[in-house]
Amino acid sequence: MALISVSNVSLGYDAGIIAKDINLEINNGDYLCIVGENGSGKSTFIKTLLGFQRPLSGKVIFGEGLRKNEIGYLPQQTSVQKDFPASVWEIVLSGCQARAGLRPFYNSDEKKMARENMKRMNVEEFAGRCYRQLSGGQQQRVLLARALCASRSLLILDEPVSGLDPKATADMYEAIKKLNDEGVTIIMISHDVNAAVRFATHILHMRSNPVFLTKEEYKNSDLGKCYLAVEP
Amino acid sequence: MTGSIATYFEYPFVRYAIIVGMLIALCSSLFGVTLVLKRFSFIGDGLSHVAFGALAVASVINLTNQMILVLPITVGCAILMLRAGQNTRIRGDAMVAMVSVGALAFGYLIMNLFSTSTNLSGDVCTTLFGSTSILTLTSEDVLLSAILSVAVVAVFIIFYNKIFAVTFDEGFAKATGTNAGGYNLLIAVVISVVIVVAMNLVGSLLISALVVFPALSAMRICRSFKGVTVFSAVLSVSCAFAGMITSIVAGTPVGATIVMVDIAAFLVCFVTGLAARR
Ligand SMILES: Nc1ncnc2c1ncn2[C@@H]1O[C@H](COP(=O)(O)OP(=O)(O)OP(=O)(O)O)[C@@H](O)[C@H]1O
Ligand SMILES: [Mg+2]
Repeated sequence: MALISVSNVSLGYDAGIIAKDINLEINNGDYLCIVGENGSGKSTFIKTLLGFQRPLSGKVIFGEGLRKNEIGYLPQQTSVQKDFPASVWEIVLSGCQARAGLRPFYNSDEKKMARENMKRMNVEEFAGRCYRQLSGGQQQRVLLARALCASRSLLILDEPVSGLDPKATADMYEAIKKLNDEGVTIIMISHDVNAAVRFATHILHMRSNPVFLTKEEYKNSDLGKCYLAVEP
Repeated sequence: MTGSIATYFEYPFVRYAIIVGMLIALCSSLFGVTLVLKRFSFIGDGLSHVAFGALAVASVINLTNQMILVLPITVGCAILMLRAGQNTRIRGDAMVAMVSVGALAFGYLIMNLFSTSTNLSGDVCTTLFGSTSILTLTSEDVLLSAILSVAVVAVFIIFYNKIFAVTFDEGFAKATGTNAGGYNLLIAVVISVVIVVAMNLVGSLLISALVVFPALSAMRICRSFKGVTVFSAVLSVSCAFAGMITSIVAGTPVGATIVMVDIAAFLVCFVTGLAARR
């Protein structure tokens, strides 16, 4: 059974439908890239997957072996985080929150896991530093390490490379690719269509009638050709 | 001067009052960090006005234990304001302003109309700015404040990691299965308890200072959430202690004195923070 299956989902807010008839299946180990213009509903789709809002119609079904608290999420940054006095260590550790359940404090397994994920994302040297004093790229890596604490099986990333320089962007894509190779299922929003076709296994092109294709199909489709041609 | 302080400490009720004052300062500072960071400081302010209105009603209908009325009303309004604040920022703001000013006006009005007290303006002043001296606290006040303060501190410690997760990034907390709405509610309820308790010490107009200043001061100096929490707790308790001693010795109103000490501490932290950043 698929990890997540989305059938006939329409997205939108009170004002009306943004995208309709989304049908797709995400299987273990997939790398789904969501592309599309600003305001086409990419973040809305992710919020629907996460259950923050209900689809206007249709169904999102989670397969067995994926509980609600096994999703790692990297949000498009919120303003609250910007001046929050928190150390990198505290933030990464807070990814274990769901794992800890009602237990008030983190146990040594969770602390070990936080340390490992910091190493994986190359941020262990910042452990004691204040989050708001890090650069944008370093901040993103910290948040990715936190997401990894929340889940080993599924990561949902909303524009993980926005605001990063080319080098940091490439590093970030590499890191995500490496996680995918290790078996982590990835759902990622990106404006970089070229990177999307390079790394992803599937593409969801968001527009009023979204298109879900495998990477090869997308490359050969008119839509894909058109978008890929625009990029340098 | 030290001699006169020592004389004061010989009375048990002075010692109790000071202990309660420090407990109140402790628990109001703990949640201050969360309120400031969640941009909820205005809710604290609004709630204190609601508590004033509720207190006015309680005193007019001659309740012997006013907390029975004041606490549920304040908690109810806290939940209401939190809900409004979550929808859209502007409507939430307007809502808080409406409720708080409304409660203030209503409270003053019914006190004027129905109060049997001979010293009306004195009563109003006490509710707004706190007792002129903490020594007028009754022993029930002291006991109840102590129990509630301990409960607030306990809740904070037990839910410390949850509160951090929900304050830092609500979206992530929700996505990973943390009941963010539930914890927001818990925070709102505890805040209203803090406000009702602190009203005894500093009065309803000055509570926000007690909640917000230690947190803002600590945020100038510390870099981690734990650091900010611990620092603001220690700072708040020390300021309250210094303020209460000063007010006893100099005969100044206790609430206003504590707030002045808090402001002074904030200025020191502000300058230190600037210097450290150089
Ligand atoms: N809370 C909301 N209430 C009503 N409409 C909303 C809300 N959030 C987003 N929208 C609208 O829904 C549409 C899709 O928004 P969404 O955030 O999903 O876009 P996006 O594809 O993520 O864009 P971007 O690339 O800029 O992040 C937009 O037209 C936006 O104005
Ligand atoms: Mg978006």
